[in-house]
Amino acid sequence: MTFEPADRVADVPPSGIRRFFELAEEMDDIISLGVGEPDFSAPWAAREAAIASLEQGKTSYTANRGKRELRELIAADVDRRYDLDYDPDEEILVTTGASEGLDLAFRALLNPGDRVAVAQPCYISYVPGVEFAGGEVIDAPTRAADEFKLTYEVLEESGAAEAEALVYCYPNNPTGATMTEAELREVAEFAREHDLMVFADEIYSELSYEHDHTSIATLPGMRERTVVFNGFSKAYAMTGMRLGYALAPPEAITAMNRVHQYTMLSAPTTAQYAAIEALQTCGDEVVDMREQYDRRRQFVLSRFEEMGLECFPAAGAFYAFPECPWDDGDEFAEALLEEERVAVVPGNVFGEGGEGHLRVSYATGLGELKEAMARIESFID
Amino acid sequence: MDDRGEILALLRENARYTTEDMARQTGLDEAEVEAAIEELEAEGVVRGYQAVVDWDALDEDEERVRATVELNVTLDRETNYVDIADRIAKFPQVRSLRLVSGDYDFDLEVEGDSMQEVSHFVSDKIAPIPEITQTVTHYVMDSYKEQGIEFGDGDDDDRLSVSP
Repeated sequence: MTFEPADRVADVPPSGIRRFFELAEEMDDIISLGVGEPDFSAPWAAREAAIASLEQGKTSYTANRGKRELRELIAADVDRRYDLDYDPDEEILVTTGASEGLDLAFRALLNPGDRVAVAQPCYISYVPGVEFAGGEVIDAPTRAADEFKLTYEVLEESGAAEAEALVYCYPNNPTGATMTEAELREVAEFAREHDLMVFADEIYSELSYEHDHTSIATLPGMRERTVVFNGFSKAYAMTGMRLGYALAPPEAITAMNRVHQYTMLSAPTTAQYAAIEALQTCGDEVVDMREQYDRRRQFVLSRFEEMGLECFPAAGAFYAFPECPWDDGDEFAEALLEEERVAVVPGNVFGEGGEGHLRVSYATGLGELKEAMARIESFID
Repeated sequence: MDDRGEILALLRENARYTTEDMARQTGLDEAEVEAAIEELEAEGVVRGYQAVVDWDALDEDEERVRATVELNVTLDRETNYVDIADRIAKFPQVRSLRLVSGDYDFDLEVEGDSMQEVSHFVSDKIAPIPEITQTVTHYVMDSYKEQGIEFGDGDDDDRLSVSP
């Protein structure tokens, strides 16, 4: 016999990032602006809590929904930041990264054939995630002219009114776009009018530089129809610990937990101890990291301006999304990698609306950023 | 953080950032950055700029010996801590001098070309000062972190070169 992938797997193309990863891996002296993770290490106190938990032999499964202490701290944090009240017992699920949370929501809350509007360009897992769950994707491409914000008009034009759910991420990977409360009200209005579930990926919520992050669940009529995804990867630089959480009404969390308990059982225990410490004592580190990202952001945006590369003022996450100077983003990224040893990711990898742009991550030291920007400048001259 | 605070944070991170780079990162004009730095220097907030050196990493035979010295002093009506500190701080061998709480009074950092030189300095110049009642010298054997900068090879970036 030979193994054949199931149709729903075979139908999903391999990640576009994979090709660049393989190209970049063949070279050893590159400066990578292609990374989607912090260049900081998790705060020492969080690491120490993880180590201490191991020393004490705390290596068993936890409750399926996550340690209660952690759920209580998450509830308190969400209450502090957004004045939103979630019940730690029924409305919070600790997951193996925000990515697992999204996968659970797709599998637990969508029926085969359900349509899901996906605001694009977006994190590369949403579209395959919906398809693995048997759903159908409706592309909702945001526009550079709107600074890649999701608008009522974009949703209407894309046919999202026919969808059962909407997925979006703000601050956004790959564009670095953010949404103000006023702008989110349009999205909320559309969701209410067309009775959509909203899957709001807010993993970059701590990395919003121009204004405070607004969670869509705070808007009228939205808490009851929204699953919010967040986690410790970006704010606390804990990507490798794989720890996220989902906030939603009890019926959604119960359904998601049903899938979770048969797959992951529970999120990594060591990481949960780190997260408990992070929420209790590492707020200053989050502020420090945000300040450093903000400085790099301003540096990168100002350098693109000097080069004459159009780039909207990205205000969140740690990405800039300038226009690509060549017609073909793939060709440009490959040539830049081969000739200048700088890795960036072509925007089309992230779906509709990303064509003609480049994702440039500034989650790297300023010295390297400076050198990389100089190389990009000399390459496009 | 206000503009001055941001500039100070940048200078502490890397005093060799150009004003142009700092302007880009803070959103200020270059002229504003320059003016703020001049002001901070004039006010004595910024006292100087130095390299953080890992002497062990230097291939040449350049031995630098450092020691921290605990000093206990006794005060009288005419002499206070500042008087004693003023006298000690003038020696070029003294890298830093701090008044501390706890078991001893001053924390002194001394640097020299050899252990003998450091040892002679402490015994010939510091110990004889009348107010000093005790010195305890600790030689630095190895250095793992200086001025917030970690030494060693732990800085390799092993993240995926391209990731989602």
